[in-house]
Amino acid sequence: MSSASSKRYRYLFVTVLGWLAAALLFFPIFWMVLTSFKTEVEAIALPPKLFFQPTFENYITIQERADYFSFAMNSIVISVGSTLLALILAIPAAYAMAFFPTKRTKGTLLWMLSTKMLPPVGVLVPIYLLFRDSNLLDTRIGLTIIYTLINLPIVVWMIYTFFKDVPKDILEAGRMDGASPKQEVFHVLMPLSLPGIASTALLAIILSWNEAFWSLNLTTTNAAPLTTFIASFSSPQGLFWAQLSAASTLAIAPILIFGWLSQRQLVRGLTFGAVK
Amino acid sequence: MSSTLAVKPHNTKTSKRQVATLPLVAPSVLVLLIWMIVPLLMTLWFSLQRYNLLNPANTGFAGLNNYISLLSTSSLWISIFNTLVLVGSVLVITIALGTLLAVLFNEEFWGRSIARLLAIAPFFVMPTVSALIWKNMLMHPVNGLFAFVTRSLGLGSIDWFAQYPMLSVILIVSWEWLPFALLILLTAIQSLDHEQVEAARMDGAKSTAIFRFITLPHLGRAIAVLAMIEMIFFLTIFAEIFVTTSGGPGLATTNLAYFIYLRALFEFDVGGASAAGLIAVILANIVAIFLMRLVARNLDV
Repeated sequence: MSSASSKRYRYLFVTVLGWLAAALLFFPIFWMVLTSFKTEVEAIALPPKLFFQPTFENYITIQERADYFSFAMNSIVISVGSTLLALILAIPAAYAMAFFPTKRTKGTLLWMLSTKMLPPVGVLVPIYLLFRDSNLLDTRIGLTIIYTLINLPIVVWMIYTFFKDVPKDILEAGRMDGASPKQEVFHVLMPLSLPGIASTALLAIILSWNEAFWSLNLTTTNAAPLTTFIASFSSPQGLFWAQLSAASTLAIAPILIFGWLSQRQLVRGLTFGAVK
Repeated sequence: MSSTLAVKPHNTKTSKRQVATLPLVAPSVLVLLIWMIVPLLMTLWFSLQRYNLLNPANTGFAGLNNYISLLSTSSLWISIFNTLVLVGSVLVITIALGTLLAVLFNEEFWGRSIARLLAIAPFFVMPTVSALIWKNMLMHPVNGLFAFVTRSLGLGSIDWFAQYPMLSVILIVSWEWLPFALLILLTAIQSLDHEQVEAARMDGAKSTAIFRFITLPHLGRAIAVLAMIEMIFFLTIFAEIFVTTSGGPGLATTNLAYFIYLRALFEFDVGGASAAGLIAVILANIVAIFLMRLVARNLDV
């Protein structure tokens, strides 16, 4: 009996501890969302206000700033565009490597992953100059190209692992029925590994959406995504906390949901399968 | 693959497909090759040139002069030192707390899956948002929440970014990356053999002993992988510094990435920035070699 009650105490203790840790980690986000519903005066009020009349004023102000939509649009176009491009390049490569491995396959795959380890500052200068000379600075196309290349190794790697999970017998059966390679990919392989491809796409979108080295260095206004837009609030005249909070909440909400959906794949993708 | 030679059309077809893999892999390899080789060679080339955009007349081969002048400026060494402090501190914080949190979230408790969702959320917040939320709403010396708390406790308010600039950056980056450590270590813990733990518990092992002698050794590999991935990311922390301290006060929070950014896009010293860029590449490669070895061992093709 005593062991049963000690088990109950343990359960209670772990529950309190677990929720405390979660609350502490989540608090800044909670505080930001809360602040987004305050007026600017309430946002900087002391002592901080926990209870107040919520207002949507900040969200309206943000929407009314015509440029907010163009920043959000840039984020969407660039992250979705680069993800699609990476998928188009990666799916054939992953198909070939997963089903027709040669003795160079392992080396190729490892080499692709190793390109992820090149620090971006190492190539900042030439990329900046190349972009300047080819008029790619502050363009959506420029940033899309960069994000495609940054994410390509992870996308190839993840789709490769998902393709490897598809039972070979199914493909064999299709082949026996006289399916062409194209049919094989589009009618058998893709539908079977659709969940995997979807979560890969989700991860690529998350990584592009939040990328903040190249976006800060290569864009200013025309093609600036939300990361750059939010950074503009760091200037002293931009000390509008409630507005900053509203803009930030809008900027992270979709990605937070995507992130929660793809947490498992995130581990798989970002550790290159080294942690299972 | 079928071994019956009788089915001849089938066999030639598959062998044909075998040959046709090159055009499938080539596009990905090619774009990555260009992406990796061209800028890197340009960086190497620029690093050996006298090349400042503000002084276009003065160009030419500089030999190792950029490196020599770089290595003799104290700001490079300060920024390398800052990089090491930043990387080291965040590594220790995220791995230590991440391990504890992973053990905690591996236990059954009420509402665990929702609590876990909340705990990993910071990782999905874009770096510029995290940095500004911390800088303004939490760490602001007058209106920030931390200042309010410390004043209420009679401790006075702390001007975080003026008094403890590096600590502030470390706090922000740790908050962003702790969930990542938690996710990876939790995944690793979940592959732990339950029977082994139960057997140890039956034998009367205490929780601390189980943690010390079963869980921790099991996590060793995951911790190594985590440390190396984090090192590669932390080596070029940029956005958090860009929107909070701009590398200051003085050089207090200028890391190698920010140093190169200042050299390249403020002083327009292409040669010097390139030389510093190559130093960053070399530092990253030291870590990458070990990481790739671990990845290769786990890769069955």
